[in-house]
Amino acid sequence: MMTETAQRDETPVLAIKDLRIQIGGLDVVDGVSLRADRGRILAVVGESGCGKSLTALSILRLLPKAARIAEGRIELEGTDLAHLPEKDLEDIRGNQASIIFQEPIASLNPLMRVGAQVEEALRLHRGLSHAEAQREALAMLVSVGIPDPQRRARQYPFELSGGMCQRVMIAAALICRPRLLIADEPTTALDVTIQAQILDLMKRLRDEVGTSIIIITHDMGVVAEMADDVAVMYGGRVVERGPVDTIFAAPAHPYTHLLLATVPRLDGHRKSALRTIEGIVPGVDQWPKGCRFRSRCPLATDVCARRPSLDPVDATGHAAACWHKDRLREIA
Amino acid sequence: MTSATASAPLRQVGKPRRSITRWVPIILIAFFVLAAVFAPLLAPYDPNSQNLLGRMRPPGTMSRSFHYLLGSDELGRDLLTRLIYGARVSLFVAIASVILSGVVGVLLGMLAGYLRGWVELIVMRLVDVFLSIPAILLAIITVAVLGTGLVNVIVVLALTRWPRYARIAYGQTLSVANMPYVRLAAFMGASTPRVLLRHILPNIIGAVTVVATLEFGLMVLFEAGLSFLGLGVQPPTASWGAMLSSGRNYLATAWWIATFPGLCLFLLILAVNLIGDDLRDRFDPRSQ
Repeated sequence: MMTETAQRDETPVLAIKDLRIQIGGLDVVDGVSLRADRGRILAVVGESGCGKSLTALSILRLLPKAARIAEGRIELEGTDLAHLPEKDLEDIRGNQASIIFQEPIASLNPLMRVGAQVEEALRLHRGLSHAEAQREALAMLVSVGIPDPQRRARQYPFELSGGMCQRVMIAAALICRPRLLIADEPTTALDVTIQAQILDLMKRLRDEVGTSIIIITHDMGVVAEMADDVAVMYGGRVVERGPVDTIFAAPAHPYTHLLLATVPRLDGHRKSALRTIEGIVPGVDQWPKGCRFRSRCPLATDVCARRPSLDPVDATGHAAACWHKDRLREIA
Repeated sequence: MTSATASAPLRQVGKPRRSITRWVPIILIAFFVLAAVFAPLLAPYDPNSQNLLGRMRPPGTMSRSFHYLLGSDELGRDLLTRLIYGARVSLFVAIASVILSGVVGVLLGMLAGYLRGWVELIVMRLVDVFLSIPAILLAIITVAVLGTGLVNVIVVLALTRWPRYARIAYGQTLSVANMPYVRLAAFMGASTPRVLLRHILPNIIGAVTVVATLEFGLMVLFEAGLSFLGLGVQPPTASWGAMLSSGRNYLATAWWIATFPGLCLFLLILAVNLIGDDLRDRFDPRSQ
């Protein structure tokens, strides 16, 4: 617990403060605050449409044209990226902070050799010569576990499997040893055994390179496997956040509770039906006032019409935005 | 043989025929290119030396020191010699104008498709304007303003033909620009020229190449057309179009003057179009 607190006191690698993102005048991300601490993995979890991907993209200001950051600060080691000129951002992207996407194969240029694509960030940001960049790229390919890297580097993406392509993407993203890696559903397109390998790889590189990782996912399995900290998002807001063990052991928000209950358990009754959360995520324009989970929440009362704040539950940094934290036991 | 729609077994049967249509045009073009490059070595006589006593001699006849393999024209010049030298003009004009219009068109098209906004608006509306005017008419007007001559013909053809490339490059760029790898490259700090040349261009060059081959045939025809109208290469320089034009007057009395340049044009354009068809089939993912 002591080391935990000590770690928390230093400035985080990334701190998002009260981020509000608008699309067509509607708040799709509303007052989100997140922090990624040095060398830790933060998982942002939620259903489709909860704003987790937008939040991730906004960090490097990669939002689609229709969306804009209306409010808030995004501090990467103290520099506010939300208000940085585009020119300065170019030095940061791929250098101090990188991102990898869901589709590893589409993320690679089909007509460029794999090795050249890993080198690209080095040559852009470090101005290395071809020979130097090549040497570093090969070393990186080795450390992401690509066998026979000399040969692989000369191949084109279509000659590689999906898992192999994601390894290459990770190599390209980490080649400049960034402080922060944003992984937007990095394993969704891969099959389960490859998923586990990629997750292991990311964890290992986190230790070797010392990169903080923000992983965006809807997969609780990935969260349990990877994360040190978790932020649960619903309706464009963070509804609960805290260390992964605390959240899994004692969720304080009904949404998190229900989300965890939907995960099938090895020791559960095999005959019992899989749990679901009633209803669907309402459209952006149909979110209820106050607590946005109100329309699907079994605990909802009149008080939920007021917006709950993200209040601390205990001293570990666990916080939840719910009026009924004490009534969670009522959910069957 | 429409390979795009043919089923697999049919394609198997069609294979030998395809290899013939693949090689014949390449051999033909190689033949024309070699003739053009080595014209001074291959041509039996000087293209401009006249023999007024041997005017309009049919193929295979002799007059004074001339042996007219393909006959002579209205000034007694050797037709074979002039055809060989004419290949230089036709091929040079076609290649130069395809390259010039291709480079300009592809660059503008890529910029429009990648940068969008006002660049897209200006470039693509300009393309619409250019494409709405018949190309040969536009060429005639421009020649009237700029004057005739080899270089001017090339400039004129490039000026009238770049919109075709711009439109195809624009459309292809639109579809490629949203691919994650292009967005990633841009996000990772690659400059706009780098993204365009390194990531987008290689992925759209296939479609552009197909257009270029079709355009090549058209350029040969356009040069011939301009020369035919007296707006292209000026006499006495030999050009297939100009030869065709002057031979037209003697079609009834000396058929060979117009026929041989016409045949050369026909074969060259056919060959180039066959190659274009073949390339299109190869680049079309549905036919693979």
